[in-house]
Amino acid sequence: MARIDLVDLAHSYGGNDAPQESFALKPVTMTWRQGGAYALLGPSGCGKTTLLNVISGIITPSRGKILFDEVDITPLSTQKRNIAQVFQFPVIYDTMTVGQNLAFPLKNRGVPKAEIDKRVAEIGRLLDLEPYLNRKATRLTADAKQKISLGRGLVRSDVAAVLFDEPLTVIDPELKWQLRSKLKALHRELDLTMIYVTHDQTEALTFADTVVVMHDGRVVQSGTPAELFDKPAHTFVGYFIGSPGMNILPAEVRGREARVGGHVIALNRAYDNLSAAAKIEIGVRPEFVEVVAPAPGLLTAKIERLDDLGRIRFARARFGDAKLAARAPAGFTSADGMAGLKFDPSHVHVYADSLLVEGAA
Amino acid sequence: MDKTVNQKAWFLVLPVFLVVAFSAVLPLMTVVNYSMQDTFGNNQFFWNGVGWFKELLDPSTDLGGRFLASLGRNLFFSLVILAIEVPLGIVVALSMPRQGWTVAACLVILALPLLIPWNVVGTIWQIFGRPDIGLLGYVLNAAGFDYNYVSNDIDAWVTVIVMDVWHWTSLVALLCYAGLKSIPEAYYQAAQIDGASRWAVFKAIQLPKMNRVLLIAVLLRFMDSFMIYTEPFVVTGGGPGNSTTFVSIELVKIALGQFDLGKAAALSLVYNLIILIVCWIFYTVMTNAGVERKVQAESEPAAEPKPATAIKPVPALKPKEGVA
Repeated sequence: MARIDLVDLAHSYGGNDAPQESFALKPVTMTWRQGGAYALLGPSGCGKTTLLNVISGIITPSRGKILFDEVDITPLSTQKRNIAQVFQFPVIYDTMTVGQNLAFPLKNRGVPKAEIDKRVAEIGRLLDLEPYLNRKATRLTADAKQKISLGRGLVRSDVAAVLFDEPLTVIDPELKWQLRSKLKALHRELDLTMIYVTHDQTEALTFADTVVVMHDGRVVQSGTPAELFDKPAHTFVGYFIGSPGMNILPAEVRGREARVGGHVIALNRAYDNLSAAAKIEIGVRPEFVEVVAPAPGLLTAKIERLDDLGRIRFARARFGDAKLAARAPAGFTSADGMAGLKFDPSHVHVYADSLLVEGAA
Repeated sequence: MDKTVNQKAWFLVLPVFLVVAFSAVLPLMTVVNYSMQDTFGNNQFFWNGVGWFKELLDPSTDLGGRFLASLGRNLFFSLVILAIEVPLGIVVALSMPRQGWTVAACLVILALPLLIPWNVVGTIWQIFGRPDIGLLGYVLNAAGFDYNYVSNDIDAWVTVIVMDVWHWTSLVALLCYAGLKSIPEAYYQAAQIDGASRWAVFKAIQLPKMNRVLLIAVLLRFMDSFMIYTEPFVVTGGGPGNSTTFVSIELVKIALGQFDLGKAAALSLVYNLIILIVCWIFYTVMTNAGVERKVQAESEPAAEPKPATAIKPVPALKPKEGVA
């Protein structure tokens, strides 16, 4: 049970002298509050596993500090830190029974036997492993093995946090859902801080109350799923979260107007102090762009195809060199393949050098 | 579909059949033939039936006494070197580096003793241990130990055992090292997270994963040490007295020293049979361990759709206890 603070934490596999651009984890300062359900989301190679291993102590960071409840634990070994971690591939001690597997982390720490039995029985019950506790942990299905691994992560009641490193990769899609909701339920029941690494946005958004998005070794945004969706702090977040991702268009922005290829798109806020040197883009989610019949004053684009996702249809449109996706209302057809695009001004964001700019009211 | 009948195909087997016949079956039959007869030279043979075998297994006769005594020495020798080489090999493998240039260096150093011919190993230790000119013998005697493998039974045994340990521990170590290398890094990380001590890691992860290679190591070392001839023959010649005379040395003495072809033939057949039986036991144990592994592997693929939420135990073979 602890709050975890990362203070100017960074790691490079090439040593501290390597240029900062090559760092696997660029300097980050952030706080994980006690009892939170966090997801660490990002594409492969963005540094999420590095960050996780730094927190658990498998990797000693090149720079910075980790505080558990304001106590610096950076130099402590994994064994001495109060942390549990579940790995991508199940790790089973196959000479032991399922119950002994679950008891292993407690036994190693000299927890009294009565306490061990109680915890093992509880975790066994929560994970539906009860009937198998006295069975040898061999010849189990992949999901059963991963459940045991999860159980070993959850069995200690005193941990500062439980870290999950893409734990459901090896599980069938259907079982994934069940295990994920199970984890969510466990989170509520056990009041543990959980950090869940994944590259799957659905997984992240359904599991976590706070999603931390990483890109190229940096934490680019941390917020609730709704915040990530409505107000991406970085064009990468806009593009990575949501399907299809956010439309990003190079634009010239002045005051309450954005110009894209000569067309004016109205903005809700005023942007006057944009740096001239910065690369200015506007970003708008496909959900807030509507294709309608071409009309004067609307940006006219060529419809390349319509994707029917069942509940909603998205048009893929091309405008000059820019491609964008837009919501196609029911019954929309286009005779000549051309359509007008209607932007919802309150959801058009402005980015300078990929970072969100807050406009003036 | 009809099976093609082609009796001429048997001719394809003929070369192998001939080679095996002349290299294995016929010599073996000659030995069986000798074991039933007695000879006083001059190529004259007299039928003796199973007489030699009876004598061989009867400790009160000269032949039986010598055979059973050497067999006992041989079993004791195998037991001692296994008890030393297996744990030592594991310790060496565990303390070897996992990466970097030192790995290659260690492998080369470990492989060196394995590359030396048996009789050269014997000669090395024969000279090494001599009290007058050998480094080991001289130093030991200078340090006040009365060490002389030519006259003292215990010194002779110690020399032969140390020589075998020096020669063959590398093999066990290399096999164990291969077993250790196959353990994924995640196991060690998980054990760290679980707070496992060094000993717990060894017991819960490393030893179970080395199981198979250890079995092979034990098999190889048992067979080799049970058939040992050259090294003790070169160092001690089976002495002092008969104290380091192993079965193979006894066999050569009877066959070539005394020219008792019948006795030697009977002895070698029994010797051969013992080795076959031990091999069979090991083979059975190992195949059973293999079956268990295969069943385990088959239950592993994750892609197979499985509707059940709970664990589905694979209703297959009962756990085989053979490996334990």
